[in-house]
Amino acid sequence: MRFTPLNLGRWILWSATALVFIAAPLVFTSGFSLTMMTQMGTLIIFALSYNMLLGQGGMLSFGHAVYSGLGAYVVVHTLNLMGKGSVVFPVVLLPLVGGLAGLVFGVLFGYVTTRRAGTTFALISLGVGEMVFACVLMFPGFFGGEAGVSTNRVVGKPFFGLTFGPALQVYYLVAVWCFLSMVAMFALTQTPLGRMANAVRDNPERAEFVGYNTQRVRFLQLVLSSFFAGVSGALSCINFEIVSAENVSAIRSGGVLLATYIGGVPFFFGPVVGSIVFVFFIVALSGFTKAWLLYLGLFFVLIVLYAPGGLASLVLMQFPLIRAGRWRELLLPYALAGLAGLVALAGVIGLVEMVYRLSEPGASTVLSVLGVSFDARTAPPWFAFAAVLAAGLIALRITTRRVGERWGAIQADLLAKAAG
Amino acid sequence: MVQRIIRAAALAAAVSLVSLGAQAQTVKVAYIDPLSGPFAQTGEQGLAEFRFAVDQINKSGRLGKVKLEVVPFDNKVSPQESLNQLKRVIDEGIRYITQGNSSAVAGALLEAVNRHNERNPGKEILYLNYAAVDPAYTNEKCSFWHFRFDANSDMKMESLTTYMAGQKNIKKVYLINQDYSFGHAVKKAAREMLARKRPDVQIVGDDLHPLGKVSDFAPYVAKIKASGADSVITGNWGIDMSLLVKAGKDAGLNVDWYTYYAGGLGTPTAMGEAAAGKVKIIAEYHSNVENNKAAKWDADYRKQAPKGNPDFYFLRGKIMWDMFAKAILQAKSVEPKAVALALEGMRHDAELGEVEMRKSDHQLIQPLYVLTLEKSAAKGGPKNAKIEMENSGLAPITNARLEGYTSATPTSCQMKRP
Amino acid sequence: MEFVLVQTLNGISYGLLLFMLSSGLTLVFSLMGVLNFAHASFYMLGAYFAYQISVKIGFWPALVIAPLLVGAIGMLVERYGLRTVHKHGHVAELLFTFGLAYLIDEAVHLVWGRQAVPYRVPDELDGPLFQIMGSQYPIYRGFMMLVSVAMLVAIWLALTRTRIGLVIQAALTHPQTVEALGHNVPRVFMLVFGGGAALAGLAGVIGGNAFVTDPGMAAAVGPIIFVIVVVGGMGSLAGAFIASLLIGCMQTFAVSLDWSLGGISIAQAAPVLPYLLMVLLLIFRPKGLMGTREG
Repeated sequence: MRFTPLNLGRWILWSATALVFIAAPLVFTSGFSLTMMTQMGTLIIFALSYNMLLGQGGMLSFGHAVYSGLGAYVVVHTLNLMGKGSVVFPVVLLPLVGGLAGLVFGVLFGYVTTRRAGTTFALISLGVGEMVFACVLMFPGFFGGEAGVSTNRVVGKPFFGLTFGPALQVYYLVAVWCFLSMVAMFALTQTPLGRMANAVRDNPERAEFVGYNTQRVRFLQLVLSSFFAGVSGALSCINFEIVSAENVSAIRSGGVLLATYIGGVPFFFGPVVGSIVFVFFIVALSGFTKAWLLYLGLFFVLIVLYAPGGLASLVLMQFPLIRAGRWRELLLPYALAGLAGLVALAGVIGLVEMVYRLSEPGASTVLSVLGVSFDARTAPPWFAFAAVLAAGLIALRITTRRVGERWGAIQADLLAKAAG
Repeated sequence: MVQRIIRAAALAAAVSLVSLGAQAQTVKVAYIDPLSGPFAQTGEQGLAEFRFAVDQINKSGRLGKVKLEVVPFDNKVSPQESLNQLKRVIDEGIRYITQGNSSAVAGALLEAVNRHNERNPGKEILYLNYAAVDPAYTNEKCSFWHFRFDANSDMKMESLTTYMAGQKNIKKVYLINQDYSFGHAVKKAAREMLARKRPDVQIVGDDLHPLGKVSDFAPYVAKIKASGADSVITGNWGIDMSLLVKAGKDAGLNVDWYTYYAGGLGTPTAMGEAAAGKVKIIAEYHSNVENNKAAKWDADYRKQAPKGNPDFYFLRGKIMWDMFAKAILQAKSVEPKAVALALEGMRHDAELGEVEMRKSDHQLIQPLYVLTLEKSAAKGGPKNAKIEMENSGLAPITNARLEGYTSATPTSCQMKRP
Repeated sequence: MEFVLVQTLNGISYGLLLFMLSSGLTLVFSLMGVLNFAHASFYMLGAYFAYQISVKIGFWPALVIAPLLVGAIGMLVERYGLRTVHKHGHVAELLFTFGLAYLIDEAVHLVWGRQAVPYRVPDELDGPLFQIMGSQYPIYRGFMMLVSVAMLVAIWLALTRTRIGLVIQAALTHPQTVEALGHNVPRVFMLVFGGGAALAGLAGVIGGNAFVTDPGMAAAVGPIIFVIVVVGGMGSLAGAFIASLLIGCMQTFAVSLDWSLGGISIAQAAPVLPYLLMVLLLIFRPKGLMGTREG
């Protein structure tokens, strides 16, 4: 029996997470922000389950929506049966049904997909996803065709006075399940299976040599991950009260990949951050600009190119400095780099918005920034924004180099201190 | 005579509106359709036409101090995203929505509106559907809060088959449809109605192909050819429609195409002259229609329309806004419930003949046309093929006008009124 | 009988087009280990470039210029994108091309709009090539086959008979040795990536007007060519060839059969068949048809 000291930081982190879940709807009270947060909650579970494959198991999947989507279909039918009165089951526990359904499909498809690893796995998952999507449209009896299956979440007796009609009650339902799933998935990373998944990810040959069946490890990891995907599918079904073909579509699968990667694959909490940013992009930003898809794509490519650890890595990189108390030295370089980044961003946004206005038939080509209006059909604003962008990029290059130098120097100092 | 009475009634209502419009107010209608992504252009088209219609109504002063406004919401043609947008609509206190693209979205919105209205009495939302054609929404799933201004897919098939029944040269018909709910509905309706109206016509083939996934239609065309069909009925739209017709032309397939959506945005361009004289469409309007009282409206719209997209598509959109405005006048209120009660059963003297919003299921009954895409007059086609679609060299001409009663299929709706 | 013949020709010509697409993908994969997710987007770019050029100068110049342009873009992508993420491993490279596909799609929307563009078969290739008992076979299909076969021969000659081809083949298996012999391996990579993109572009030039040139065309063929690469065996050019023809013919003939199984006819299931084939193959022969690598 090994004695493990109480990990204080971990406890603080988890309690803070729980607090955020509880307090969020008290701060953001509008119906729309409530919807957004509910979606964030479901996506967090989904993205974390995805990261069980990509981050912990090294399996890049292009078809993860299959498990959440099929889970959601099973749940929507269960809800409808409950509505007819032929099945009695508490709504609170429906995510378990979704999870189990996800798990069953995980066993079924995982048997085939996990036979291979790496790029081949990615392609096979894509193929399986396409196949399931085509089947969903082919069997309208169960899947409801393109219109999908609708339901009503207010069924059965109220659960301690909760009917789950009002959006707030749904939010808390999602919040509770989200928190539980997070804890469960974190706990899984600490089990021997979680550790083995890491080993199989890093060096499959060696893991095989030690006597583990890599294919089996991948299989188990995928099955567990599809359980949680199913849970998130069930919650999205309860939230939207509809399940349609888009739930299993390649767009969904691609979306969760983007969310997870943007957040940060190497860290457990990365996908959480990614989900919040992603929902913000899709739901909120798309209300402001038609170019949201382009911004999302650009953002993703930039992350892949310059911060492969995702947003979480950018934050976590600062911890050693803070611990060493030397973060103050970086404050100025960071501020300068941030400023340069903002300038470049302004240039990009200006250009992109003008392009969109021009490409779209019928849109007004007159834009205004800070009270100055200009016409995208004339040349001056193009030069102006291009100049802003160029200036921003040059400044960014210089300032980031300075950040890099400072950071490297501090790092070297710390290493030297640790060694000496 | 009837028209005169209606006009008198409208005038009386307008006078009484003075009391309603004592304080100026704006009635906002949320337009929930794709405005980004692959279907954005279709959504933009509707938006541009609706804004034009609303401007005209506001300028005419028909509604006194009440102004109408269209507020766009982008749903990316996703049912779930549409529900997100509906929540925003509710947050902003907007009480009317209109939508048309995709029956899947329509189904999701319809259910959500019903649930919302049930859970929030006094804050009801009214849903004006201008293009989603799943028959269910005015049959088993009908709702007091939903009004449809487009003929549903069964009604269109009723008119189309009525026309086909009169064409004695049709002997062998081939059905090819997209493998999803709408395609299935078209296939089923075509089989039933042809069997009823022309039992002598043979159905020589019946294919379903996956939606938007086929890039090579040559094998399907070879099959149609081998079957000896002289006519093809298809509910295909978008790329599935244009690829099918192009593949037919390449293989020298000589059939008439009876379609729903060959006139859809972008499709005439993609089909090109392969379609000339071969492709027939069932629709409520086209720009070269005879006795066109909407001709001026059409021309005015084109003058101010976005450059790449000059065509005027939705006469039913104009009808919808006119009837909506009239309902506000009659109800002397902008409350959705009162407006809905005024809308149901309303008769309206539209540009191409009288239309009626049937009270039993909230389905608009209107005359429909079977039209053929021909080479335009400018390219050596028939003289009446004047105005081209999308400058594609193709222009529609009328084959037949089918009065509203031909398509007034019975409804199974049992409406629950509040 | 003539029905079978016409369907066979349809199947082969479609299969050859698929091969044009998958050959570029396979070449890049076998040499660089990078699965280019944006490959189908290059196909789309080829079609749009060809449309633009054919409107301005004509189809025949487009046949040459469009693939070259796409190839140049491919080289730029390799030089300034892929090479940067190379150090983060293959997953990062794959994800980079995944993001790139988003961006190319959006760029195409912006420049050419969201509807199909009228990219047409040139007049001299429009019309029937021959007739078999009433069924006619279009010239353009014949032309597509000709181009694909010519391309196949050209690749084969280039890889086996030219110096750069030999270097590429050597770099496939022994990059360090090749580097040690004084060849610039990164430049070889850049060339190969550009070449793969150009092949996709060429497929776009002749596929775009045979079918339709619209922003959805990349998504329509993308998954199928990945299936071909898996079925043929990752990185095997010969495998990709066989798999392309197999899948082309299989889809064509499935359409012609009116057998049905549990309410679903084979014709209806035609597009799912390639995926089913992939799944079955993985169960019984995980390497793929001609593959050599396991795992």
